[in-house]
Amino acid sequence: MKHLEMNRRTLLRNALFLGCSAAANPLITPMTFAATPWDNRLVVIVLRGAMDGLDVVQPYGDSNLAGWRPNLIAGEAAGASDLDGFFSLHSGLEGLKPMWKSGELAFAHAVSTPYRDKRSHFDGQDLLENGGNSPDGGLTPGKDGWLNRVLSLVPGTTTETALAVGRDQPLILEGAARTASWSPESDLDLSPQAELLLNSIYRNDPLFAEANTLALSLSESRDAPEGMTAQKAARAEALAEFAAERLNLESRIAAFSIGGWDSHVRQPQVIRRALGELQTALLTLKAGLGANWNKTVVVCMTEFGRTVRENGNRGTDHGTGGAMVMAGGALRGGKVHGQWPGLAAADLYRERDLMPTDDVRRYAAWAMRDLFSLEKGDLERTVFPGVDLGTDPRLLA
Amino acid sequence: MTLSQAALAEIRYGYGFRPDRKPAPGPNALLAGLAKPDPYLTETDIPSFAERIAYREVQTEANKARSKQAANAKELLKNARGVREKIIVQDFRALFSQPVLAWVPFRERLMAFWADHFTVSMRVNRDTVLMMDYLQNAIRPHVAGRFGDMLEAVVTHPAMLIYLGQANSIGPGSVAGKRRGVGLNENLAREVLELHTLGVSASYSQADVREFAELLTGFTFDKDGFRFRQRFAEPGAETVLGKSYGGEAADLAAVKAALRDLSLREETARHLATKLIVHFIGGEPVPEHVDAIAEAYLSSEGDLMATYRAFLDHPEAWVPELRKAKQPFDYIVSSLRAVGLKKKHFREFKLREYRRFFIQPLINMGQPLMQPNGPDGWSEDPADWITPAGLTARIHWGNALAQRHAKSSDPRKFLKEALRDASSDDLRLAVSRAETKHEGIAITLASPDFNRR
Repeated sequence: MKHLEMNRRTLLRNALFLGCSAAANPLITPMTFAATPWDNRLVVIVLRGAMDGLDVVQPYGDSNLAGWRPNLIAGEAAGASDLDGFFSLHSGLEGLKPMWKSGELAFAHAVSTPYRDKRSHFDGQDLLENGGNSPDGGLTPGKDGWLNRVLSLVPGTTTETALAVGRDQPLILEGAARTASWSPESDLDLSPQAELLLNSIYRNDPLFAEANTLALSLSESRDAPEGMTAQKAARAEALAEFAAERLNLESRIAAFSIGGWDSHVRQPQVIRRALGELQTALLTLKAGLGANWNKTVVVCMTEFGRTVRENGNRGTDHGTGGAMVMAGGALRGGKVHGQWPGLAAADLYRERDLMPTDDVRRYAAWAMRDLFSLEKGDLERTVFPGVDLGTDPRLLA
Repeated sequence: MTLSQAALAEIRYGYGFRPDRKPAPGPNALLAGLAKPDPYLTETDIPSFAERIAYREVQTEANKARSKQAANAKELLKNARGVREKIIVQDFRALFSQPVLAWVPFRERLMAFWADHFTVSMRVNRDTVLMMDYLQNAIRPHVAGRFGDMLEAVVTHPAMLIYLGQANSIGPGSVAGKRRGVGLNENLAREVLELHTLGVSASYSQADVREFAELLTGFTFDKDGFRFRQRFAEPGAETVLGKSYGGEAADLAAVKAALRDLSLREETARHLATKLIVHFIGGEPVPEHVDAIAEAYLSSEGDLMATYRAFLDHPEAWVPELRKAKQPFDYIVSSLRAVGLKKKHFREFKLREYRRFFIQPLINMGQPLMQPNGPDGWSEDPADWITPAGLTARIHWGNALAQRHAKSSDPRKFLKEALRDASSDDLRLAVSRAETKHEGIAITLASPDFNRR
C-alpha cells in the first residue's frame, strides 16, 4: 500500500490535465475540478483494437473450436481455467479468478454493436462510443458519446461527475455535458500492431528501416527517453488508480481505454500483454475503490470480435461477434451471459465470424438502469437509440 | 509514387501542408509569396534589444553576488531568472509560432537556412537571450533582399560578436592595444571567409585572414546595439584578397566595403549556390545547377530573389526523389502545421509547455534548440537525424501529439490533410489498419513520407 501511495503522488505531480471542450488545444488546456447526484459508480473501459472474445472467454465446450484454431486455443494445457463447464478463462486473467468465485466478475459472449461488415477499427470504435444503431457505422446526429448523453438524463451533474482518464480523450464522453479529463504522463507506448505497421512503412526506406530495427533491438520494448514513459502495466495501473481516487470523491463515471488487442500476428504474445493490462486495471480499481467497490460496475467493451478461424500468422483478423467483460462488487457475477450461437461453419456470420446474438449496448443499458435508476425509455431513445432492452439479464446483485 | 510539383513545393520548400493554408504549388507561387511584405517583421511581439541588455545586467549583478557569496545572492538570482523567463517565453512563442502559422512557409525555411548559414550557438543564459533579436533583426529583414546586407547585419550583431569573440578582438596597433598589450582574435574573420562567404575550398591565405581580422577590430556593442570603437580598431590600410581597405585612421566604411566585395565574389556565389542545393535538395549538386544559381547571384549583385528564381527554375529543384529528412525542429513544426495548431494555442503555452513539448523533445531528437556544436551549423546528412534514438524520439513525440489530436480528427482525414497526394500505398494501408485513431495519426507522423522532403 505504501508503494501505491508513493506511486500515486509521483503521478499526481507529473499529472497533465487535459481539457473539457472539443476545440481544445491539442497540446494542453488548463482545467478545474468542480461534485454529485448518485452513490453508485460506473467505469467503462474501451478495449481498442478488437479483443478476441474467443481467446479470452474460450468456448472449450464447443467441439468445433479446436478445428478452427489449431495453434491458438490451447485450453487447460495453456493454463486456461474452467468457468462454468462450457467456457474457460484465458490464463492472462488468472488473477481475476477470485473475483469470479466471489461473484464480482461476469462476461457476455457472442455480443456486438450494430456495426457490420466493413470491420474498420475507427468506425467500429466510433459507433461503440457513440452508441448509435447504424450497421454502416454512421453516428447519431449529435455525434456525441453515449456516456455524455447519460449525464443529460440526470439533474445535478457537474464537470466532475464524469471523468475521462488518459490522453486519447474518448468520444464516449464527448458531448454537450461538461466532463473532466486527466492523463498521467506515462500514457505513451505504441501497441504491438502499431509497431508492425511501422515496420511495414519503413521497409522501402533503408535509412528508416535500419534506425527502427536498431532502436527495437536496443530495448526489448521501445523505451521512450527518460521520464516520458512507463511500462504498459504501470500505465494501466496509473489510469485505474487515478480513476478510483476520483470515484472515491465526486466522480461517478469514469472512462478509459486499453489498447493493444489487434492480434493479427503472434496473438498469444499480443493478447497476453493486453490482458495483463486489463487484469491490472481491474485489480487496481478494486483495491483503490475499497468499500466503494461494492457500489461499482466496470464494463469493458470492444469494437468487434475477431475471425473464428486463425490466420497464417498465428493471429486472427477483424470479425464481428465478441465478448464483453464486466466486474465490480455491485455485480451479480460468476456468469457468462448470452445465447451461444455455435461454431459450426453454418452457424458463423458471413461464414467467418462469431455470430452476434446479442447487443453489447443492452448490457451497458441494464447496468446503468440498475446503478443510476435510469428509465428504460430514456435508455432506448436517448442513450442507445434503437436498442431493444429486452429481458432483464439481472446483472446487479 | 511520384510527387507532384505542388506537393514538392510545400514539402521540400515549406514546412508541409497546413489544412487552413493555401499551398504555393510551384516556383512562381513560392517566389510571389516571398515578394510580399513579411508580416513577421512588424507583427512579431518580442522583447526589445534594450530589455535583453537590461536582463544581462541583472544577471551579471546576480552572478557577482553569488561568487562573493553575498547574503542577497539567492534573491538576486531568482529575480534574474524571473526576468529571463519572461523574455524567453515570448521568444519561444515567436520562434515556434512563426513557421507553424506561416502563410509563406518558404520564407520561414529560408530564415532557418540563413540562420544556419550564419550560425550563432551559445549556451550561457546571459547570451542566449540575444538569439531571437539576432534572427529577427539581422536575418529576417534580408532573406528576400541582398546577401551583402545580411552579411553586414550579421557580422555587426551583438550575438555574433559574442559568439565568435569579436568584441574582445583588439587591434595590436590601436590605442587600447598598445596600452594593454592585447591583440587580435581571428575567429570571426576566419569564419566569414571560410563559412559565410568564400567557402573553405576557395584560395585565401592566412595573411588574408589576419588582415581581415585587423580590419574587423573595433567592433563592440552597448545597450543601443552595435558600436564601432575607434580606440580599439587597428589603424592603417589592410589588404584582403589583394585589395587594400581603409586609410590612416580606422573607419567603418572600409569594413563595409570589404564585406561587400567579399559578398560579390564568384567563390561566394558558388559557395552559397552549393549550400542552397545541399540544404533543400540533397545529394551531389549538379554543376549546371550551381552554375545557373551562381550566375544569377552575380549578375544581380547578390540579389537573393534572383538567386532563388534561378534555383527554383532549374529542373533539379524538382527531382521527385526525397533525399532529405526534416530536421527535428522542422519535424515538430510540420507536425503542428498538419494538426493546424492555432495562434491562441501558442498564447496558452507557458514556459513549462514550451519545455515539455518543444525544448526537451528537440534534445531527444538530437537538435538542442539553437545549439549546434560549431559555427558550421547543423548536419545536412539525413543519416545524422534518422538514428535509432532520433527516430524513437520522433515516434514518441508524434504519438503524444496524435493521442491528443485524435479526439478531433480521423486518421484517414489526417493523412489527406498532412500529405495530400504525397502518401505511399504502404502508408495508406498502414493507416487504415491501425487499431486506434491515434495510432493511425501517429503512424502518419512517424512515416518516411512525412519525415522526408
